[in-house]
Amino acid sequence: MKPTMLDQSYYETANEIISRYPLEEKSLIPIIQDIQATYRYLPPDLLDYVAKKIGITETKAYSVASFYENFSFEQKGKYVLKICDGTACHVRKSTPVLQYLRQELGLSETKQTTDDLMFTVEVVSCLGACGLAPAMMVNEQVHPKMTPEKAAELLKELRAKEEEGRNDDQN
Amino acid sequence: MGFMTIDGQRVEFTNEPNVLTVIRNAEIDIPTLCYHSELSIYGACRLCTVEDDRGKTFASCAEPPRDGMVIYTNTPRLMRYRRTILELLLAAHDRDCTTCVKSGECHLLELAHRMGVDRIRFKNREAKYPIDESSPAIVRNPNKCILCGDCVRMCDNVQSVNAIDFAYRGTSTLVTPAFNKTIAQTNCVNCGQCRVVCPTGAISIKTNIDEVWDALADPNTIVVAQVAPAVRVALGDKFGIPKGENVMGKLVNALHRLGFHEVYDTTYGADLTVIEEAEELLERISSGAKGPLFTSCCPAWVKFCETRYPELADNISTCRSPQQMFGAVIREYYRNPEINQGKKLVSVSIMPCTAKKEEILRPESMTNGRQDVDYVLTTTEVASMIRKSGIRFENIDGESTDMPFGIGSGGGVIFGVTGGVTEAVLRRLQTGHSRVEMDRIRTSGVRGDDGLKELTFDYMGKEIRAAVVNGLGNADKLIKRIQSGEVSYDFVEVMACRRGCIMGGGQPVGAGPRTRKARAKGLYDTDVNMQIKKSNENPMVLALYEGLLKGKTHQLLHRNLGSTEN
Amino acid sequence: MIRIENRFQLKQVRAECQAETKQEKCRVLICGGTGCLAGGSAKLYEHMKELAAEHENVQVEIGPEIAHIGVHKSGCHGFCEMGPLMRIEPYGYLYLKVQESDCGEIFEKTVLRGQPVERLMFRQDNKVYPSEEEIPFYAKQTRLVLKNCGHIDAERIEAAIAAGAYEGLEKALFEMTPKAVIQAITDSKLRGRGGAGFPAGKKWSQVAAQKETVRYVVCNGDEGDPGAFMDRSIMEGDPHRMIEGMLIAAYAVGAQEGYIYVRAEYPLAIERLKLAIAQAEEAGFLGDNILGTDFCFRLHINRGAGAFVCGEGSALTASIEGKRGMPRVKPPRTVEHGLWEKPTVLNNVETYANVPMIIQRGAEWYRGIGTPESPGTKAFALTGNVCNTGLIEVPMGTPLRDIVFDVGGGIPNGKKFKAVQIGGPSGGCLSEKDLDRHMDFDSLTKIGAMIGSGGMVVMDEDTCMVEVARFFMSFTQRESCGKCVPCREGTQRMLEILERIVAGQGTMEDLDTLRDLADMIENTALCGLGKSAPKPVISTLNAFRDEYVAHIRDRRCPAGVCSKLRVYSIDPAKCKGCSKCARNCPASAIHGTLKSPYTIDQDACIRCGSCVEQCAFGAITVEK
Repeated sequence: MKPTMLDQSYYETANEIISRYPLEEKSLIPIIQDIQATYRYLPPDLLDYVAKKIGITETKAYSVASFYENFSFEQKGKYVLKICDGTACHVRKSTPVLQYLRQELGLSETKQTTDDLMFTVEVVSCLGACGLAPAMMVNEQVHPKMTPEKAAELLKELRAKEEEGRNDDQN
Repeated sequence: MGFMTIDGQRVEFTNEPNVLTVIRNAEIDIPTLCYHSELSIYGACRLCTVEDDRGKTFASCAEPPRDGMVIYTNTPRLMRYRRTILELLLAAHDRDCTTCVKSGECHLLELAHRMGVDRIRFKNREAKYPIDESSPAIVRNPNKCILCGDCVRMCDNVQSVNAIDFAYRGTSTLVTPAFNKTIAQTNCVNCGQCRVVCPTGAISIKTNIDEVWDALADPNTIVVAQVAPAVRVALGDKFGIPKGENVMGKLVNALHRLGFHEVYDTTYGADLTVIEEAEELLERISSGAKGPLFTSCCPAWVKFCETRYPELADNISTCRSPQQMFGAVIREYYRNPEINQGKKLVSVSIMPCTAKKEEILRPESMTNGRQDVDYVLTTTEVASMIRKSGIRFENIDGESTDMPFGIGSGGGVIFGVTGGVTEAVLRRLQTGHSRVEMDRIRTSGVRGDDGLKELTFDYMGKEIRAAVVNGLGNADKLIKRIQSGEVSYDFVEVMACRRGCIMGGGQPVGAGPRTRKARAKGLYDTDVNMQIKKSNENPMVLALYEGLLKGKTHQLLHRNLGSTEN
Repeated sequence: MIRIENRFQLKQVRAECQAETKQEKCRVLICGGTGCLAGGSAKLYEHMKELAAEHENVQVEIGPEIAHIGVHKSGCHGFCEMGPLMRIEPYGYLYLKVQESDCGEIFEKTVLRGQPVERLMFRQDNKVYPSEEEIPFYAKQTRLVLKNCGHIDAERIEAAIAAGAYEGLEKALFEMTPKAVIQAITDSKLRGRGGAGFPAGKKWSQVAAQKETVRYVVCNGDEGDPGAFMDRSIMEGDPHRMIEGMLIAAYAVGAQEGYIYVRAEYPLAIERLKLAIAQAEEAGFLGDNILGTDFCFRLHINRGAGAFVCGEGSALTASIEGKRGMPRVKPPRTVEHGLWEKPTVLNNVETYANVPMIIQRGAEWYRGIGTPESPGTKAFALTGNVCNTGLIEVPMGTPLRDIVFDVGGGIPNGKKFKAVQIGGPSGGCLSEKDLDRHMDFDSLTKIGAMIGSGGMVVMDEDTCMVEVARFFMSFTQRESCGKCVPCREGTQRMLEILERIVAGQGTMEDLDTLRDLADMIENTALCGLGKSAPKPVISTLNAFRDEYVAHIRDRRCPAGVCSKLRVYSIDPAKCKGCSKCARNCPASAIHGTLKSPYTIDQDACIRCGSCVEQCAFGAITVEK
């Protein structure tokens, strides 16, 4: 279950994050939120590390972290696509968008991230952008009135951007 | 203080914590699956829901009693709700009830029968979780877990161990160690208290019954047993014998019938422990060593201390536990070809405790790198063997334990209850024999149910401060106070289980306050009837020091810390 | 801004802020709410700013950097359907669906010459509505709590102060005792806007009466109901109003510390609140010796981590404490044992946002709005199949019909109204017969529905009510904390049954089982969320039982939504026998010979609908 040892830099980052909060149980959630924000996932070893620092057991930290949907112990894609399935979006047909994306990226309810760690497709309850239904969030940006066609367009753009980035790196 | 009306009956209440207790005091056994008077109120099973005179429903476990309350506990709708709740639990439960280890004492099944659940409208959920048999003490089968949380609150709130906890949520909720580790990979101390409170077969004792049957059937072995003090006052529970009655005689008989060649009393081992530990205490005091001497009889405590407070490891007594001292002595005794008759010794101990199963495997309690005790059977397992054999336990006569280790002292017997070790050590340090002296020790504050007891006694003009703590959560709190310098002691007795071994993780379950009291009384009454009160006056023990133990006390009676691991 | 040390200084600062606002000649306010931003309002801002660069006295407002959706200024106007929105002061023009290409014209005509660009204005029945206030969507509303949302710069405390922020606090601190404040709130009959409508005054006085003197004030901003975004809009658009409400509560009950729990899905709200708190601290509205008095109060923000159940009070406090967000048994209630087991005032965003104006204008004034037992206004998020979706605020007791047809503009595309789902997954469905019902706490409770936090999803005739029930049940089931058996296991089984029914595999007995489970869950679940989880099922089962029966007995979805119940057939008159449908049928259910009409084997058909997409001749029909 546990991945291989983390690089020392992870612990340094964790130390920096931990130093922003008091060493108490109540700091657990904000600390791991910051870690998750940094790495787009919560490395299991860091959870144990944080738990020890703030004086709770690893079991307790795992218990708390696994309760909340936002924490992921597995690495997420560079682009996290959150498809809103709130009432308004559902009524305005968010399901075909989700189906399209999953099919296109070879993902499912249980497999949410592509093997190249590029895309993660998640369903979220409500983004609170009901006027724009169906809505989708790509990382922090909301995309309104989605259709499978628009989703295809978006994927194309993101992939092109990646391609470009890669070419730049090579040059 | 006031009156309430329960199902039309006027019921008085005083300081009951909740309506549920008032209902039960009124002799109505309202069903619950997550309520445990020893644990905090969780309110998850909702079976104890009652309704008031306005038809409002509420869980009686969480409601404080109020004067003038009018409640109903058994209206048709409440019974319908209870049936539906049980139906839902059963549908989400691995229903191999007929072959389940918990069969016969499963609380879920009992309630389902009582409430008349005669059909299940929902598809049974698949048993999808692997069974965790990694621990030497307990087996965890999440497929049978109903998520009542009793084990979690026991492990976390009462024992401060927190090896298991809830993870995930909704229907995915699971009681598990972090990251789905196995129990063996955690800081679990094997106390087995989770299993004591588990209403189903989700946590059970890791049994060694089959291995023992095999040994008993093998013509090339000599199988001997030692029986711990707390077993004798709890085993009777399983055979309808009055609570707390000492059934040691019957047990010896039954074990002989099962094929055990010799049956000894761990009380003898306890006497050795008292002598060695008292010696160590005196040495420590005279050498002015820092910090208290912690007892080492309880392996769950020893493991807890090692993992949580490694800095205190040196303060734990070097003495082996009674099981391990006696185990080593038995092993040594049977090395003699005249005694073993060329057969292989299989040493079994019968214990109230699941942690003892782990203790026999600990390198520090082995002799010359060899395991002294081969198998530990808990009280519950022995009851099951007796039942399987068809022996009518309740009807058989008593027999006495076998020589040459057949005599124990009263001090050794009371090891099974919290404060017992301390009381035995006090007796050892006391020079006199009069009843007055024994009474003075008895009333020194060493006895009783409290999680922490403190006392001081005088030894040759020096005041010795002792603490008796039971329940690891209480121990944890005490250590924090010791470390902060708030309190200090010379001697601290720790038993991992609340109230000591009589309430150990291997004992028959379902022991309420009355049973707890009866078990303690059973041991104290046994002590009263024993002529030898002091461990250091047990003639058989003294003979051993002159014989078998000569030059070997350290090797056989003390933990070989850091010496033989390699 | 200076740190305000006394009342006199506060008055001075306020006068300065107001003067500053008046000086501006022309203000272009571009909506930076989540909705408009997604519609491209950030680009509008850039463009307008470029245009304005050479002109003095033109102020364009929206955040300077678009690192993420967190740094923009004006809040949501609520008219999200029509976004991106641009408001131009002092004329009050509201332009809708503004595109980048419109910017030049707007600048030339309106900004420089004050002339309207009519084609961008709201239009209905050939009438043009130049200003926001005239548009029926707004005209039928009473915007008190949302008054400033979209009208002030939400990132500048000066703008808030100019608009009257902290006047209520001023009055409370300098003219009223804590007791008098509680009395005013009690007299106003303000009820909690988070769901059950518990009287706020009663809650506060219970906290104030506790022996324990360490007390907390907590704001529930974990607006998790799907289809609700009122609280988000307040936090984003007028954060000081809510902070002021919390300050007044803290003064009233003697709390020194407060927490705001905000959904993690609302990053903009979090940014805005952080900024607002920092500015309020700097100005002396928060911290030690507030406005020179003895009153001290610190405010912290906690981000949610993705658990709907944390909207429940005890789960929310558990989450702030760093624990699993699971509700605990009550009693003791939050007013006695709340955060860290201390007495705690826990209200939601909208409730706190009501407080300043009650203090400032008096309980009597407040009671003049709304109904006698539910005074004041209520913000609703109006969404779904309605012409004007968006954030609205109407007096309590407004008939549903007025909301849907006047404010909401009715049902689009000439469709018929069918139902309104109110109060999210804890609420219920209101049908046509409820259209004249007054929207307040008590009249909804009477019919087994609930205002909830105020999500209002309008559904037209094409909505399948069984599917709606299934949708809500799947939501509650997914969000169940898993603690109590009725909710954890019961909702799961209700969902299974509903899934069976929408797939055409239900039985009439299932309906009894649904009711049986619902009854048990409502009466035994541990927390309010669990207890109300069956409401969407029960309310649809009551009002639309025939739809359930149609799914079960006739294997038919009257709205044609449930794909498993559609019957596909080929019209032989239109079919050219091209075989394309047959070749693409994943179940090989279509048979025939080339150039003659094909047929669908109904037993083999999996009702995926792919044949309909394939047919170039429109020969495949779907029977509902």
